[in-house]
Amino acid sequence: MNSVNQALPLPAELPLSFRGPAPVRTVAGFGFWLFLLSDIVIFGVLFAAYAVLSGETAGGPTGASLFDRKHVLIETACLLVSSVTCGFALLAAQRTEKLATYFWLAATFALGALFLSLEASEFSAMIANGAGPSRSAFLSAFFTLVGTHGLHVSAGLAWLFVMVLQIATLGFQPMVGRRLFCFALFWHALDIVWVGVFTIVYLGAR
Amino acid sequence: MLGKLNWSAIPFDQPIVMIASGTVGAIIFLILALVTFKGWWPYLWREWITSVDHKRIGVMYMILALVMLVRGFSDAMMMRSQLALAAGGAAGYLPPEHYNQIFSAHGTIMIFFVAMPFVAGLMNFAVPLQLGVRDVAFPVLNSLSFWLTAAGVLLVNLSLVVGEFSRTGWLAYPPLSEIAFSPGVGVDYYLWSLQISGVGSLLSGINLTTTILKLRAPGMGYRRMPVFCWTALASNLLIVAAFPVLTATFAMLLLDRYCDFHFFTTELGGNAMMYINLIWLWGHPEVYILILPAFGVFSEVVATFSGKPLFGYRSMVMATMVICVLSFMVWLHHFFTMGAGANVNGFFGIMTMIIAVPTGVKIFNWLFTLYGGRIRFSVPLYWALGFMVTFVIGGMTGVLMAIPPADFVVHNSLFLIAHFHNTVIGGVVFGVMAGYTYWFPKAFGFKLNERIGKAIFWCWFFGFYGAFMPLYALGLMGATRRMQHYSNLDWQPFMLAALGGACLILLGIVLTVVQLVVSIRARHRNRVGADPWNGRTLEWSIPSPPPAWNFARLPVVVGTDAFWAMKQSPAGSGPGGEGAPLEALHLPRGNPTGVFTAFFAVITGFALIWHIWWMAALGLLGVLVVGLRQAWRTDSEVTVLVEEIVAFERRHAKQGVPA
Amino acid sequence: MVGAARNLAETPSFLPDRGIGPNAARCDYSFVTGTTRETALLSRQHWIPRAHALGRSLLLAPVVVTLTSCKQGVLDPQGPIGAAERLILLDATAIMLAVVIPVIVSTLVIAWWFRAGNRHARYRPDWEYSGRIEMIVWSIPMLVILFLGGIAWESSHTLDPPKPLASSVAPLEIQVVSLDWQWLFIYPAQGLASVNRIVAPVGTPIHFRLTSATVMNSFFVPQLGSQIYTMPGMTTQLHLQADRQGTYQGISAQFSGEGFSDMNFEFIAVTEDKFDRWVAEAKGQGGELDEAAFVELARPAQATGPSTFAEVSHGLFEHVASGHISADRHPQSSH
Repeated sequence: MNSVNQALPLPAELPLSFRGPAPVRTVAGFGFWLFLLSDIVIFGVLFAAYAVLSGETAGGPTGASLFDRKHVLIETACLLVSSVTCGFALLAAQRTEKLATYFWLAATFALGALFLSLEASEFSAMIANGAGPSRSAFLSAFFTLVGTHGLHVSAGLAWLFVMVLQIATLGFQPMVGRRLFCFALFWHALDIVWVGVFTIVYLGAR
Repeated sequence: MLGKLNWSAIPFDQPIVMIASGTVGAIIFLILALVTFKGWWPYLWREWITSVDHKRIGVMYMILALVMLVRGFSDAMMMRSQLALAAGGAAGYLPPEHYNQIFSAHGTIMIFFVAMPFVAGLMNFAVPLQLGVRDVAFPVLNSLSFWLTAAGVLLVNLSLVVGEFSRTGWLAYPPLSEIAFSPGVGVDYYLWSLQISGVGSLLSGINLTTTILKLRAPGMGYRRMPVFCWTALASNLLIVAAFPVLTATFAMLLLDRYCDFHFFTTELGGNAMMYINLIWLWGHPEVYILILPAFGVFSEVVATFSGKPLFGYRSMVMATMVICVLSFMVWLHHFFTMGAGANVNGFFGIMTMIIAVPTGVKIFNWLFTLYGGRIRFSVPLYWALGFMVTFVIGGMTGVLMAIPPADFVVHNSLFLIAHFHNTVIGGVVFGVMAGYTYWFPKAFGFKLNERIGKAIFWCWFFGFYGAFMPLYALGLMGATRRMQHYSNLDWQPFMLAALGGACLILLGIVLTVVQLVVSIRARHRNRVGADPWNGRTLEWSIPSPPPAWNFARLPVVVGTDAFWAMKQSPAGSGPGGEGAPLEALHLPRGNPTGVFTAFFAVITGFALIWHIWWMAALGLLGVLVVGLRQAWRTDSEVTVLVEEIVAFERRHAKQGVPA
Repeated sequence: MVGAARNLAETPSFLPDRGIGPNAARCDYSFVTGTTRETALLSRQHWIPRAHALGRSLLLAPVVVTLTSCKQGVLDPQGPIGAAERLILLDATAIMLAVVIPVIVSTLVIAWWFRAGNRHARYRPDWEYSGRIEMIVWSIPMLVILFLGGIAWESSHTLDPPKPLASSVAPLEIQVVSLDWQWLFIYPAQGLASVNRIVAPVGTPIHFRLTSATVMNSFFVPQLGSQIYTMPGMTTQLHLQADRQGTYQGISAQFSGEGFSDMNFEFIAVTEDKFDRWVAEAKGQGGELDEAAFVELARPAQATGPSTFAEVSHGLFEHVASGHISADRHPQSSH
């Protein structure tokens, strides 16, 4: 990150908008929030497509016949708990405790990986049973929506792995701290999207 | 091994294509040879290709857009000449399979690779300067955005030589764009090049929004921001909100085409109407993404060349943000004829008209800015006046078509074509040309030739009317868009007139290049200082061209039209904060992440288009490696010592004083 | 030349030597040529008369454009729907011109009057706000839009394509299927089908039900009024009526591929007896349009002429519209 636009010391009673360039941490976080919002728009479109196409089973299997709510419950638990462990990891990082950070990040990784393997097994079972994405528009929409979320989780795990390496090689410098913060935001956002997914897709299946 | 790619992909049997590609290839080769021969590579690599400086990136966007304007306009000339010829039983010289690619390429290139980069270039260059800061929020990301756009450009142009382009129009409606009806690689070229450049646009949107909201000079509260920055903010907010829709929609079409999904197919439950809704949900905000910064340019230009502040600043800001929000609520007016019913059509018709209100307010406020001014008729003001006169006609025909039953008889006709060219040329192109002429001296330290500039304006102005007024008539006569030939001989004179207008515009484009050559050669005579136009905003307070750090000390802003206030105040001649001591500055170092990522993006895109899966995997791996290298980059800054700043300021001592 | 009053009629037409048909005299291109010739004479001293000339050309351009196109197409409707829509077009244009023309004129006048060289103009360097002007500036567009919005809402309902026409005559049913690149018209009541040609009695409302056996198209007869999309797997509806005898051009207004430009059809409005005679003739010759014949018809073909089928199998349109018969469309293969 650059410190090109350095904040000047100005009276504290001035509103924020008058105080000149914001500090790097704020700028990075805000930018990442915007990125997350744009990502949520992508999910929004996929949700809309799913809503439109959810009845288009073309004589094939419906959601109600395919989805296993117990399975989904475990997946949900994995993600929700992984958000908690991610939070703890961030706290440990703020205290610059390397081992604790590694532990909590590893826990987050494990839970995320478990989520992914559960989802992969669900997908492969469906495909093996002739309920793959090419079977109907409904299934195309399902696989794309849930699959895109899964892709994001995979990307998150890869990012997580890189963050562990960054902490190991670069230590807790500000740049690494900012990135960890952004990762945590990303991970929590994925959680929120998942809440939408299991509500609309799995609980709302007919 | 090479997927679908083989020698038959190169259209050896199409002379026009081979000659065009051959010529372009030769020109590129000559340029590369010249650069190598003169030993300019180290300079180009260090100062431009790997630059993360917003000013350099802005200039590169403009160059890219200008080059693509030539390509997009060649398509236009081919379309116009074909239609001038293909009347009655005549077939013209472009068979449908070729013509259909040309109009698809024309629209795609003009919107995505001419208008967007032009607007992005102006915003990139001017916004940080106007905000009184040293760069955008994420300089490396900025470079990446530019290079990803360039990657999209490369792919689109590659389609000319290797394979074909899409034949489905610039928005690729299914089912025509599905694999069943378009089995070739054309639609894939279209989709991948736009997906790649779309990422660039999105990142740029995030970058500039963050810059405008979080990085402004001290004292520059929201109500002291120049109007161009407000319009840039609205435009970039729209980019952040709208481009993901495009990405997702194209992703769904790609899944249909590559993986046999059924989002928009005719069979197994697909819904093509959904594509149309989604694509226009992006499509309408897109045109506001383009026009809002143009409006901002006009606000700056009209105020500066009237010698008065912009009339109704708060009104203008409010109108801008209202347009920003409303632009998401009108998309259905692009397909009233799809049969959504009277209530839905009526609602969207009314919403579309409502959006005309803030636009009308802006026109009136510009009028009242001129009123009571001391108007200097420089080239930028010509463009502004030409815009005010032309755009209202386009707006009028737009509101006309916003009445659903009126639209029922002109939808998809040449009347529609005339309308949107009216607003895009009269609005976006004129705005870009105004901004280009206005900020050119700041970027390069010398002015563009005024006389040629005025000639360029008149060519565009009359060329536009000549080319598109006949099209309004033709649309009313029942001529539809995208026809490759027509039987009604009555239409031919109009087509010929339109060709004449297009030739005038062509002259304007040629003169633009001439103007550059002439001005560059005369640059020593036409040197300007910091403030050649007697400007009102902060960019005119620093030397032309500005140093890498823009402002040695961040200015302290006390009102709107910050620089004007400084000029009027008894103490002031330069940016505020004069008393503060100079400090060493840390600027972001040049970074090859952008260009390398784009390189691998091209490889990935090309591989995906031709189904060369191993190459695609390698390309993605390359992107990953470049990303990882960037993640471990710790030497990302370069220090500018106080001595260097002082030396620069001394060299440009007289430039610090406003004209 | 500069400063001289210009009479539109004196300006020569765009193609003096070519004389393209009877239209050369009808179409006046002065708004293109007159001002183009003045480019070379541009200079600041000639700004005033230039502005007047330019302004006048611009004001008259829409009028000229409209007048030249009024002999055919949308501005020459032959039925009630088209007539209503033309009325809306002209009325809305007139209303908006009442704002647009003054705006254009004031732009040029204000710009000229307040030029830096004019010592008579009062320079107000600090005048940047006036509440009263703000109110007017917001009100004018709002009022215009309020009025036009009302028209939009009203007319969206009265001219909604699926809305039947008020008539004492029973409607004629026609089912439309867009193909690559032909138009199939099925007359269910008469039990016949026609390709690329509609024959219909004058003064009879026609109820169209439309679908596509291929990609999206748009059914459009400019002189009769509204167009409507045809989409595979879906049915749209349209009501039109021809009030005068004649042959009207029909097109597809939604690009659908290689043969799109040839996807034209005729709409022939005739008297009742001529229509009955045509029906009788069509029933007397031609084959049956059953599923096999339909699939054959739906093969990619361009610039085919009109033809008829004497019989149509029952429910064919519904089968096509629900997607149960799909056209085997492979554009690169020729059978």
